[in-house]
Amino acid sequence: MLDDKFDYLLRLGDNALVLSQRLCAWVGKGPALEEDMALANTALDLIGQARLWLSYAGEVEDLGRGEDQLAYLRDAQQYRNLLLVERPNGGYADTLMRQYLFDAWHDLQLARLVRSSDGQIAAIAAKAGKEVAYHLRRSTDLVVRLGDGTDESHRRMQAALDDLWTYTGEMFDVDAIDEVLDAQGIAASVHGLRDDWLDRAGRTLAAASLTMPAPGAWMQRGGKQGRHSEHMGYLLAEMQFLQRAYPGQQW
Amino acid sequence: MVTASGPDPEALEDAPQPTVDEVWSWLADIEDPEIPVISIVDLGIVRGVRFENAADGGAWIVTITPTYSGCPATHVIAGSVVEQLARKGLRRVRLETRIAPPWTTDWMTESGKRKLRGYGIAPPLGPAQAQAIPIAAIGHGARPLADSAPAGLECPRCGATDVGLTSLFGSTPCKALYRCNACLEPFEHFKCH
Repeated sequence: MLDDKFDYLLRLGDNALVLSQRLCAWVGKGPALEEDMALANTALDLIGQARLWLSYAGEVEDLGRGEDQLAYLRDAQQYRNLLLVERPNGGYADTLMRQYLFDAWHDLQLARLVRSSDGQIAAIAAKAGKEVAYHLRRSTDLVVRLGDGTDESHRRMQAALDDLWTYTGEMFDVDAIDEVLDAQGIAASVHGLRDDWLDRAGRTLAAASLTMPAPGAWMQRGGKQGRHSEHMGYLLAEMQFLQRAYPGQQW
Repeated sequence: MVTASGPDPEALEDAPQPTVDEVWSWLADIEDPEIPVISIVDLGIVRGVRFENAADGGAWIVTITPTYSGCPATHVIAGSVVEQLARKGLRRVRLETRIAPPWTTDWMTESGKRKLRGYGIAPPLGPAQAQAIPIAAIGHGARPLADSAPAGLECPRCGATDVGLTSLFGSTPCKALYRCNACLEPFEHFKCH
Protein backbone atom coordinates (compact mmCIF):
# COMPACT_ATOMS: atom_id res chain seq x y z
CA MET A 1 0.00 0.00 0.00
CA LEU A 2 2.84 2.44 0.82
CA ASP A 3 4.57 1.28 -2.35
CA ASP A 4 1.40 1.98 -4.30
CA LYS A 5 1.15 5.46 -2.83
CA PHE A 6 4.82 6.13 -3.59
CA ASP A 7 4.25 5.07 -7.19
CA TYR A 8 1.14 7.19 -7.46
CA LEU A 9 3.00 10.25 -6.16
CA LEU A 10 5.75 9.63 -8.70
CA ARG A 11 3.13 9.67 -11.45
CA LEU A 12 1.90 13.06 -10.27
CA GLY A 13 5.38 14.50 -9.81
CA ASP A 14 6.88 13.05 -12.97
CA ASN A 15 4.13 14.45 -15.19
CA ALA A 16 4.90 17.93 -13.88
CA LEU A 17 8.67 17.49 -13.97
CA VAL A 18 8.93 16.06 -17.48
CA LEU A 19 6.54 18.58 -19.02
CA SER A 20 8.41 21.38 -17.27
CA GLN A 21 11.68 20.12 -18.72
CA ARG A 22 10.14 20.06 -22.21
CA LEU A 23 8.82 23.62 -21.86
CA CYS A 24 12.16 24.92 -20.63
CA ALA A 25 13.68 24.03 -24.00
CA TRP A 26 11.57 26.87 -25.50
CA VAL A 27 13.06 29.54 -23.28
CA GLY A 28 14.71 32.14 -25.50
CA LYS A 29 13.17 30.58 -28.61
CA GLY A 30 9.46 31.33 -28.24
CA PRO A 31 7.70 32.70 -31.31
CA ALA A 32 6.92 35.92 -29.44
CA LEU A 33 8.17 37.45 -26.20
CA GLU A 34 4.78 36.93 -24.54
CA GLU A 35 4.82 33.25 -25.47
CA ASP A 36 8.35 32.84 -24.24
CA MET A 37 7.33 34.23 -20.86
CA ALA A 38 4.16 32.14 -20.76
CA LEU A 39 6.07 28.91 -21.41
CA ALA A 40 8.75 29.78 -18.86
CA ASN A 41 6.16 30.70 -16.23
CA THR A 42 4.15 27.54 -16.86
CA ALA A 43 7.36 25.50 -16.60
CA LEU A 44 8.17 27.28 -13.33
CA ASP A 45 4.78 26.44 -11.82
CA LEU A 46 5.17 22.83 -12.91
CA ILE A 47 8.66 22.47 -11.45
CA GLY A 48 7.32 23.86 -8.15
CA GLN A 49 4.52 21.31 -8.23
CA ALA A 50 6.96 18.51 -9.09
CA ARG A 51 9.05 19.45 -6.06
CA LEU A 52 6.03 19.24 -3.77
CA TRP A 53 4.94 15.85 -5.13
CA LEU A 54 8.41 14.32 -5.21
CA SER A 55 9.33 15.58 -1.74
CA TYR A 56 6.21 13.92 -0.43
CA ALA A 57 6.96 10.76 -2.42
CA GLY A 58 10.37 10.63 -0.73
CA GLU A 59 8.73 11.00 2.69
CA VAL A 60 6.27 8.21 1.95
CA GLU A 61 9.02 5.94 0.65
CA ASP A 62 11.02 6.66 3.83
CA LEU A 63 14.37 5.55 2.44
CA GLY A 64 15.99 8.96 2.75
CA ARG A 65 15.53 9.96 -0.90
CA GLY A 66 14.63 13.59 -1.38
CA GLU A 67 13.20 15.47 -4.37
CA ASP A 68 16.63 15.89 -6.00
CA GLN A 69 17.56 12.24 -5.82
CA LEU A 70 14.18 11.25 -7.22
CA ALA A 71 14.45 13.76 -10.05
CA TYR A 72 18.09 13.33 -10.99
CA LEU A 73 19.01 9.77 -10.11
CA ARG A 74 16.23 7.64 -11.54
CA ASP A 75 16.51 6.09 -14.97
CA ALA A 76 13.76 6.09 -17.59
CA GLN A 77 12.12 2.83 -16.45
CA GLN A 78 11.67 4.29 -12.98
CA TYR A 79 9.83 7.33 -14.31
CA ARG A 80 6.04 7.16 -14.11
CA ASN A 81 4.91 10.07 -16.31
CA LEU A 82 2.40 9.86 -19.13
CA LEU A 83 3.83 9.31 -22.61
CA LEU A 84 2.05 12.51 -23.68
CA VAL A 85 4.28 14.82 -21.65
CA GLU A 86 7.52 13.33 -22.99
CA ARG A 87 6.49 13.90 -26.62
CA PRO A 88 9.08 16.10 -28.35
CA ASN A 89 8.29 19.81 -28.58
CA GLY A 90 7.93 19.71 -32.38
CA GLY A 91 6.62 22.97 -33.77
CA TYR A 92 4.70 25.52 -31.76
CA ALA A 93 1.39 23.91 -32.66
CA ASP A 94 2.62 20.57 -31.27
CA THR A 95 3.81 22.14 -28.01
CA LEU A 96 0.59 24.08 -27.62
CA MET A 97 -1.70 21.15 -28.40
CA ARG A 98 0.23 18.89 -26.03
CA GLN A 99 -0.16 21.56 -23.35
CA TYR A 100 -3.88 21.92 -23.95
CA LEU A 101 -4.62 18.18 -23.92
CA PHE A 102 -2.64 17.82 -20.70
CA ASP A 103 -3.95 20.99 -18.99
CA ALA A 104 -7.56 20.02 -19.66
CA TRP A 105 -6.94 16.68 -17.92
CA HIS A 106 -4.58 17.97 -15.20
CA ASP A 107 -7.15 20.54 -14.07
CA LEU A 108 -9.87 17.88 -13.76
CA GLN A 109 -7.54 15.47 -11.99
CA LEU A 110 -6.42 18.07 -9.41
CA ALA A 111 -10.02 19.08 -8.76
CA ARG A 112 -10.68 15.45 -7.79
CA LEU A 113 -7.47 15.15 -5.74
CA VAL A 114 -8.53 18.08 -3.56
CA ARG A 115 -10.95 15.59 -2.00
CA SER A 116 -8.23 12.99 -1.31
CA SER A 117 -8.36 11.34 2.11
CA ASP A 118 -4.61 12.03 2.32
CA GLY A 119 -4.29 15.57 3.68
CA GLN A 120 -0.95 16.32 2.04
CA ILE A 121 -2.16 15.17 -1.39
CA ALA A 122 -5.27 17.32 -0.99
CA ALA A 123 -3.14 20.32 0.03
CA ILE A 124 -0.72 20.03 -2.90
CA ALA A 125 -3.62 19.52 -5.30
CA ALA A 126 -5.37 22.65 -4.05
CA LYS A 127 -2.22 24.71 -4.47
CA ALA A 128 -1.35 23.28 -7.89
CA GLY A 129 -4.97 23.47 -9.05
CA LYS A 130 -5.05 27.27 -8.85
CA GLU A 131 -1.97 27.49 -11.06
CA VAL A 132 -3.18 24.90 -13.53
CA ALA A 133 -6.53 26.65 -13.96
CA TYR A 134 -4.54 29.61 -15.31
CA HIS A 135 -2.48 27.36 -17.61
CA LEU A 136 -5.69 25.94 -19.00
CA ARG A 137 -7.14 29.40 -19.54
CA ARG A 138 -4.17 30.29 -21.72
CA SER A 139 -3.91 27.02 -23.63
CA THR A 140 -7.67 26.91 -24.28
CA ASP A 141 -7.59 30.46 -25.59
CA LEU A 142 -4.68 29.77 -27.93
CA VAL A 143 -6.10 26.52 -29.24
CA VAL A 144 -9.25 28.43 -30.20
CA ARG A 145 -7.34 31.33 -31.75
CA LEU A 146 -4.97 29.20 -33.78
CA GLY A 147 -7.42 26.43 -34.66
CA ASP A 148 -9.91 29.03 -35.86
CA GLY A 149 -7.18 31.30 -37.24
CA THR A 150 -5.59 31.20 -40.68
CA ASP A 151 -5.66 28.21 -43.01
CA GLU A 152 -2.04 27.56 -42.11
CA SER A 153 -2.52 27.76 -38.33
CA HIS A 154 -5.63 25.58 -38.61
CA ARG A 155 -3.75 22.97 -40.62
CA ARG A 156 -0.90 22.86 -38.11
CA MET A 157 -3.18 22.61 -35.09
CA GLN A 158 -5.22 19.81 -36.69
CA ALA A 159 -2.05 17.91 -37.59
CA ALA A 160 -0.76 18.29 -34.01
CA LEU A 161 -4.08 17.06 -32.61
CA ASP A 162 -4.14 14.04 -34.93
CA ASP A 163 -0.55 13.21 -34.03
CA LEU A 164 -0.96 13.50 -30.25
CA TRP A 165 -4.38 11.92 -29.94
CA THR A 166 -3.04 8.39 -29.55
CA TYR A 167 -1.26 9.50 -26.36
CA THR A 168 -4.41 10.77 -24.63
CA GLY A 169 -5.95 7.39 -23.81
CA GLU A 170 -3.36 6.68 -21.14
CA MET A 171 -4.68 9.54 -19.00
CA PHE A 172 -7.77 7.40 -18.32
CA ASP A 173 -6.15 3.99 -17.96
CA VAL A 174 -6.87 2.38 -14.63
CA ASP A 175 -4.35 -0.14 -13.31
CA ALA A 176 -4.08 -1.99 -9.98
CA ILE A 177 -2.42 1.00 -8.28
CA ASP A 178 -5.24 3.34 -9.27
CA GLU A 179 -7.82 0.81 -8.12
CA VAL A 180 -6.26 0.23 -4.71
CA LEU A 181 -5.77 3.93 -3.97
CA ASP A 182 -9.15 4.91 -5.42
CA ALA A 183 -10.83 2.40 -3.11
CA GLN A 184 -9.13 4.09 -0.14
CA GLY A 185 -10.13 7.54 -1.28
CA ILE A 186 -6.48 8.56 -1.73
CA ALA A 187 -6.27 8.77 -5.51
CA ALA A 188 -8.29 10.95 -7.83
CA SER A 189 -11.48 9.15 -8.63
CA VAL A 190 -11.34 8.06 -12.24
CA HIS A 191 -15.10 7.75 -12.34
CA GLY A 192 -16.41 10.06 -15.01
CA LEU A 193 -13.00 11.59 -15.65
CA ARG A 194 -12.82 10.51 -19.27
CA ASP A 195 -16.35 11.73 -20.01
CA ASP A 196 -15.63 15.09 -18.38
CA TRP A 197 -12.41 15.47 -20.36
CA LEU A 198 -14.02 14.47 -23.67
CA ASP A 199 -16.84 16.89 -23.03
CA ARG A 200 -14.46 19.75 -22.21
CA ALA A 201 -12.06 19.01 -25.08
CA GLY A 202 -14.98 18.53 -27.45
CA ARG A 203 -16.34 22.02 -26.76
CA THR A 204 -12.96 23.69 -27.09
CA LEU A 205 -12.00 21.85 -30.26
CA ALA A 206 -15.39 22.64 -31.79
CA ALA A 207 -14.93 26.33 -30.96
CA ALA A 208 -11.51 26.03 -32.59
CA SER A 209 -13.10 24.47 -35.70
CA LEU A 210 -10.87 21.43 -35.21
CA THR A 211 -12.05 17.87 -35.75
CA MET A 212 -11.70 15.65 -32.72
CA PRO A 213 -10.32 12.22 -33.65
CA ALA A 214 -12.34 9.16 -32.63
CA PRO A 215 -12.34 8.70 -28.83
CA GLY A 216 -12.34 4.93 -29.39
CA ALA A 217 -9.18 4.98 -31.54
CA TRP A 218 -6.27 2.73 -30.60
CA MET A 219 -4.21 4.32 -27.85
CA GLN A 220 -0.58 4.12 -26.76
CA ARG A 221 0.05 3.22 -23.14
CA GLY A 222 2.83 2.29 -20.71
CA GLY A 223 4.33 5.50 -19.33
CA LYS A 224 2.58 5.13 -15.98
CA GLN A 225 4.18 1.72 -15.63
CA GLY A 226 7.65 2.88 -16.68
CA ARG A 227 7.55 1.76 -20.32
CA HIS A 228 8.60 4.92 -22.11
CA SER A 229 9.20 6.03 -25.66
CA GLU A 230 12.67 6.38 -27.16
CA HIS A 231 12.56 10.11 -26.36
CA MET A 232 12.70 9.66 -22.61
CA GLY A 233 16.35 8.69 -22.39
CA TYR A 234 17.45 11.78 -24.29
CA LEU A 235 15.30 14.01 -22.15
CA LEU A 236 16.78 12.59 -18.95
CA ALA A 237 20.31 12.69 -20.33
CA GLU A 238 19.97 16.43 -20.68
CA MET A 239 18.06 17.03 -17.46
CA GLN A 240 20.27 14.80 -15.31
CA PHE A 241 23.64 15.58 -16.89
CA LEU A 242 25.01 17.71 -14.09
CA GLN A 243 24.16 15.31 -11.27
CA ARG A 244 25.45 12.34 -13.26
CA ALA A 245 28.73 14.05 -14.14
CA TYR A 246 29.25 15.77 -10.79
CA PRO A 247 27.30 13.75 -8.20
CA GLY A 248 26.03 15.74 -5.25
CA GLN A 249 26.79 19.16 -6.73
CA GLN A 250 24.69 22.00 -5.34
CA TRP A 251 24.08 25.61 -6.27
CA MET B 1 16.17 24.32 13.19
CA VAL B 2 17.70 27.26 11.41
CA THR B 3 20.15 28.89 13.76
CA ALA B 4 21.89 32.05 12.72
CA SER B 5 25.56 32.38 13.49
CA GLY B 6 26.42 35.02 16.04
CA PRO B 7 26.80 35.40 19.77
CA ASP B 8 26.08 32.38 21.92
CA PRO B 9 22.34 32.29 22.73
CA GLU B 10 23.29 31.92 26.41
CA ALA B 11 24.85 35.36 26.31
CA LEU B 12 21.53 36.84 25.22
CA GLU B 13 19.55 35.17 27.93
CA ASP B 14 19.02 38.39 29.80
CA ALA B 15 17.78 40.28 26.73
CA PRO B 16 14.05 40.98 27.15
CA GLN B 17 11.85 38.61 25.19
CA PRO B 18 9.96 40.53 22.49
CA THR B 19 6.21 40.29 22.16
CA VAL B 20 4.60 38.47 19.24
CA ASP B 21 3.46 41.85 17.89
CA GLU B 22 7.03 43.16 17.93
CA VAL B 23 8.22 40.14 15.96
CA TRP B 24 5.40 40.73 13.44
CA SER B 25 6.51 44.36 13.06
CA TRP B 26 10.10 43.27 12.41
CA LEU B 27 8.90 40.85 9.76
CA ALA B 28 6.85 43.66 8.22
CA ASP B 29 10.15 45.43 7.46
CA ILE B 30 11.34 42.60 5.19
CA GLU B 31 10.81 43.54 1.59
CA ASP B 32 9.80 41.09 -1.09
CA PRO B 33 12.91 40.26 -3.14
CA GLU B 34 11.07 40.66 -6.47
CA ILE B 35 8.92 43.69 -5.64
CA PRO B 36 10.90 45.57 -2.99
CA VAL B 37 8.19 48.18 -2.42
CA ILE B 38 6.00 45.67 -0.60
CA SER B 39 6.78 43.60 2.49
CA ILE B 40 6.35 39.88 2.98
CA VAL B 41 3.66 40.62 5.57
CA ASP B 42 1.79 42.87 3.09
CA LEU B 43 1.90 39.98 0.63
CA GLY B 44 0.35 37.55 3.09
CA ILE B 45 3.34 35.22 3.00
CA VAL B 46 3.79 35.20 6.79
CA ARG B 47 0.95 33.09 8.20
CA GLY B 48 1.92 32.85 11.85
CA VAL B 49 4.40 33.83 14.55
CA ARG B 50 4.66 32.08 17.89
CA PHE B 51 7.13 31.25 20.60
CA GLU B 52 7.46 27.63 21.58
CA ASN B 53 8.81 26.98 25.05
CA ALA B 54 11.19 24.11 25.55
CA ALA B 55 13.79 22.91 28.03
CA ASP B 56 16.57 24.25 25.80
CA GLY B 57 15.17 27.77 25.90
CA GLY B 58 12.57 27.39 23.17
CA ALA B 59 12.41 28.94 19.74
CA TRP B 60 10.45 31.40 17.65
CA ILE B 61 8.44 29.66 14.98
CA VAL B 62 7.56 31.63 11.86
CA THR B 63 5.11 30.01 9.48
CA ILE B 64 5.37 31.07 5.85
CA THR B 65 3.52 30.03 2.72
CA PRO B 66 4.81 30.18 -0.86
CA THR B 67 2.93 32.39 -3.31
CA TYR B 68 3.26 30.21 -6.43
CA SER B 69 4.66 26.65 -6.12
CA GLY B 70 7.72 27.45 -8.16
CA CYS B 71 8.36 31.02 -7.05
CA PRO B 72 12.14 31.30 -6.69
CA ALA B 73 11.75 34.12 -4.17
CA THR B 74 10.47 31.68 -1.53
CA HIS B 75 13.99 30.51 -0.74
CA VAL B 76 15.33 34.06 -0.49
CA ILE B 77 12.43 35.06 1.78
CA ALA B 78 13.14 32.19 4.18
CA GLY B 79 16.74 33.38 4.46
CA SER B 80 15.66 37.00 5.00
CA VAL B 81 13.39 36.03 7.90
CA VAL B 82 16.21 34.27 9.72
CA GLU B 83 18.62 37.15 9.05
CA GLN B 84 16.21 39.86 10.14
CA LEU B 85 15.31 38.12 13.39
CA ALA B 86 18.99 37.45 14.08
CA ARG B 87 19.64 41.19 13.71
CA LYS B 88 16.98 41.77 16.35
CA GLY B 89 18.68 39.34 18.68
CA LEU B 90 16.55 36.25 18.07
CA ARG B 91 18.97 33.42 17.46
CA ARG B 92 16.68 30.47 17.75
CA VAL B 93 14.23 30.68 14.89
CA ARG B 94 12.47 27.86 13.14
CA LEU B 95 10.68 28.25 9.82
CA GLU B 96 7.67 26.17 9.00
CA THR B 97 6.18 26.04 5.54
CA ARG B 98 2.45 25.66 5.21
CA ILE B 99 0.75 25.18 1.83
CA ALA B 100 -2.86 24.73 2.96
CA PRO B 101 -4.95 26.73 2.57
CA PRO B 102 -3.16 27.84 -0.59
CA TRP B 103 -1.92 31.41 -0.76
CA THR B 104 -4.32 33.90 -2.27
CA THR B 105 -4.07 37.58 -3.15
CA ASP B 106 -7.09 38.05 -0.87
CA TRP B 107 -4.51 37.98 1.96
CA MET B 108 -2.72 41.04 0.63
CA THR B 109 -3.08 44.04 2.94
CA GLU B 110 -4.77 47.25 1.78
CA SER B 111 -1.58 49.18 2.48
CA GLY B 112 0.29 46.63 0.36
CA LYS B 113 -2.12 47.26 -2.51
CA ARG B 114 -1.64 51.02 -2.19
CA LYS B 115 2.14 50.61 -2.25
CA LEU B 116 1.93 48.44 -5.35
CA ARG B 117 -0.19 51.04 -7.14
CA GLY B 118 2.24 53.78 -6.17
CA TYR B 119 5.06 51.67 -7.58
CA GLY B 120 3.27 51.34 -10.94
CA ILE B 121 1.82 47.85 -10.53
CA ALA B 122 -1.96 47.53 -10.64
CA PRO B 123 -2.88 45.58 -7.48
CA PRO B 124 -5.07 42.48 -7.44
CA LEU B 125 -8.81 43.01 -7.21
CA GLY B 126 -10.60 40.83 -4.74
CA PRO B 127 -12.04 38.48 -4.03
CA ALA B 128 -9.80 36.47 -6.38
CA GLN B 129 -12.41 33.75 -6.87
CA ALA B 130 -14.79 36.27 -8.42
CA GLN B 131 -12.23 37.07 -11.12
CA ALA B 132 -11.85 33.48 -12.34
CA ILE B 133 -12.82 33.00 -15.98
CA PRO B 134 -15.01 29.99 -16.76
CA ILE B 135 -13.09 27.74 -19.14
CA ALA B 136 -16.28 26.63 -20.87
CA ALA B 137 -16.91 30.22 -21.94
CA ILE B 138 -13.60 30.69 -23.74
CA GLY B 139 -14.10 30.81 -27.47
CA HIS B 140 -17.86 31.02 -27.24
CA GLY B 141 -18.31 34.76 -26.98
CA ALA B 142 -17.89 37.64 -29.40
CA ARG B 143 -14.23 37.52 -28.41
CA PRO B 144 -12.31 35.07 -26.24
CA LEU B 145 -12.85 35.83 -22.58
CA ALA B 146 -9.26 35.00 -21.71
CA ASP B 147 -8.58 38.44 -23.14
CA SER B 148 -10.77 40.33 -20.76
CA ALA B 149 -9.38 42.40 -17.93
CA PRO B 150 -10.65 41.83 -14.37
CA ALA B 151 -13.59 44.09 -13.58
CA GLY B 152 -12.40 47.37 -12.10
CA LEU B 153 -8.79 47.10 -13.27
CA GLU B 154 -7.29 50.59 -13.51
CA CYS B 155 -4.15 51.92 -15.10
CA PRO B 156 -1.86 52.66 -12.12
CA ARG B 157 -0.58 55.83 -13.86
CA CYS B 158 -3.68 57.64 -15.07
CA GLY B 159 -6.50 55.68 -13.45
CA ALA B 160 -8.30 54.89 -16.73
CA THR B 161 -10.26 51.65 -16.92
CA ASP B 162 -9.92 51.33 -20.70
CA VAL B 163 -7.11 48.77 -20.51
CA GLY B 164 -6.18 45.69 -22.53
CA LEU B 165 -4.23 42.53 -21.89
CA THR B 166 -0.93 42.14 -23.71
CA SER B 167 0.33 39.00 -21.97
CA LEU B 168 -1.18 36.60 -19.44
CA PHE B 169 2.29 36.15 -17.95
CA GLY B 170 4.84 38.76 -16.93
CA SER B 171 8.28 39.03 -15.42
CA THR B 172 7.31 37.01 -12.34
CA PRO B 173 4.68 34.27 -11.86
CA CYS B 174 2.41 36.68 -9.98
CA LYS B 175 2.05 39.32 -12.71
CA ALA B 176 0.38 39.82 -16.10
CA LEU B 177 0.99 42.59 -18.65
CA TYR B 178 -1.57 45.18 -19.71
CA ARG B 179 -1.59 48.42 -21.63
CA CYS B 180 -3.62 51.52 -20.97
CA ASN B 181 -5.60 52.69 -23.98
CA ALA B 182 -5.94 56.19 -22.50
CA CYS B 183 -2.35 57.12 -21.66
CA LEU B 184 -0.92 54.39 -23.91
CA GLU B 185 1.55 53.24 -21.25
CA PRO B 186 2.16 49.55 -20.59
CA PHE B 187 1.80 48.37 -17.00
CA GLU B 188 1.98 45.27 -14.86
CA HIS B 189 -0.98 43.83 -12.98
CA PHE B 190 -0.49 41.68 -9.90
CA LYS B 191 -2.81 38.84 -10.88
CA CYS B 192 -5.81 37.86 -8.79
CA HIS B 193 -4.93 34.41 -7.50
